[in-house]
Amino acid sequence: MARKIMICRCEDVTLADLEHCVTRGYKDIEEVKRYTGFGTGPCQGKECLAPMATHLARLTMVEPAKIRPFTSRPPLAPTPIKILARAPDAHRFDDDPGDE
Amino acid sequence: MIPGNLDDDDDDESRADASGEIRLPATLESSGPVPATAEIAIVGGGVVGLAIAYYLARRGLHDVVVLERGYLAEGASGRNGGGVRQQWSTEINIRLMQESVDLCRRFAVDLGVNVWFRQGGYLFLARTQKEVARLEKNIDLQNRCGVHTKMLSPVAAQEIVPELNLAGIVGAAYNPTDGILFPWPFLWGYARQAAAHGVRIFTQTPVNGLAKMAGGGYEVVTARGTVKARRVINATGAWSPQLAKMIGVDVPTYPIRHEICSSEPLKPFLRPMVSELSSGLYCSQSMRGEIVGGVTLPGHGSTYAMGSTLEFLATYARRLVRLMPILGDIKILRQWAGPYDQSPDGNPILGAAPDHPDFFLACGFVGHGFMMAPIVGKLYAEYLTGEKPHEIFERYTLGRFDGGGDSYPKEDFNIG
Repeated sequence: MARKIMICRCEDVTLADLEHCVTRGYKDIEEVKRYTGFGTGPCQGKECLAPMATHLARLTMVEPAKIRPFTSRPPLAPTPIKILARAPDAHRFDDDPGDE
Repeated sequence: MIPGNLDDDDDDESRADASGEIRLPATLESSGPVPATAEIAIVGGGVVGLAIAYYLARRGLHDVVVLERGYLAEGASGRNGGGVRQQWSTEINIRLMQESVDLCRRFAVDLGVNVWFRQGGYLFLARTQKEVARLEKNIDLQNRCGVHTKMLSPVAAQEIVPELNLAGIVGAAYNPTDGILFPWPFLWGYARQAAAHGVRIFTQTPVNGLAKMAGGGYEVVTARGTVKARRVINATGAWSPQLAKMIGVDVPTYPIRHEICSSEPLKPFLRPMVSELSSGLYCSQSMRGEIVGGVTLPGHGSTYAMGSTLEFLATYARRLVRLMPILGDIKILRQWAGPYDQSPDGNPILGAAPDHPDFFLACGFVGHGFMMAPIVGKLYAEYLTGEKPHEIFERYTLGRFDGGGDSYPKEDFNIG
């Protein structure tokens, strides 16, 4: 059953994957993120972090309030490189044109 | 799910007990006391410490504990770009990396974990004749060592990466057998096999004190008890000076923050790691399809801070779009940072510390510890189990800095 309960839809992580991960000793939510890949897809954890933390608290018998969210990574939403390339950027390399 | 872990499934089933419940041996111990004694205590559960632990265990030395301050892969080992190259500027590093590449090729079979190692080559791009001359000098040396790096014209480079904008490019160095891997499964593989051979790996276990014992060995004071270890290995990466300082050893390395970012996954199209000497820009396509890359941002000084900046994304994006305009339309999903353990001459620091024959250093890798860990771990384990020390333990000593550190060639090809 746990194999069919999907927690992270971006990266196809199931409840069974989480159980496996915890059994191996990877119990920190940052370890779970790395071991299963959950939260590293297009939603960056916005959908899956809460349900994953809920199940992790249950499986590791840790008080839910003690589980902190994993480090949130910028940008807030997936952002095209060409937009970022127009952001203010004071840094110049030797081969950069001066007037760019 | 990270596919590297799916191979666990078969043995999971075979471990099911009578009730059908699966009982797996835990690789990591994140609670409970550390043992009172150990032959070797390795401080730092990054790739260097875990590789040494694995090879020690494989050579029959099982009484080893690994003490990781935080979670597995919390430091630079979990934050790097996964590049593995043989294009270096000194013979010793070229030869080390030839052996590391061989170990990477065998990793999945030897360790039972898929690390998504892919040999798509490394393409270094030059924008000045001076950069070309630098590449040519390195290529001569690499060729003499049996690494088949070639100097390419801009057009030939574009045949390998059609998306390149050749404006301003004057030449390129290309070695087809360099590659990339996915760093995290490397740690799981070493950790799991080391643990299977009896090594105990403690996470969430900071070392708060270190003291030399009268009869030899060290007391390693951790948050979960004290281990009396006959030998201690400092594999704490950018934090190495702090640990060494506890016993009065000065390690002249310092932390430098490097930022990196990852895009949305794309269909495979980019074969080699592409790097530009002038800006330190690099990018590769991981086996997950993401474009992973960074750029050199000077001026942040020595810091353990691991925050991310818009400045980095702006500089990276601007230089990436200039080099490969078509990438302008792909999206950045996330950015993060990690610390380089910067050594004065660009080379690692290995072997016992002066006046501390049982305190060993494995640090100062300047952002290349990941790619060097397989061979350094293997050689270190041989050294610690009585084999004749490899040349690296004579050349890359801490003592080399006593005379100003100029006695051996510097490594000047620490790119990105």
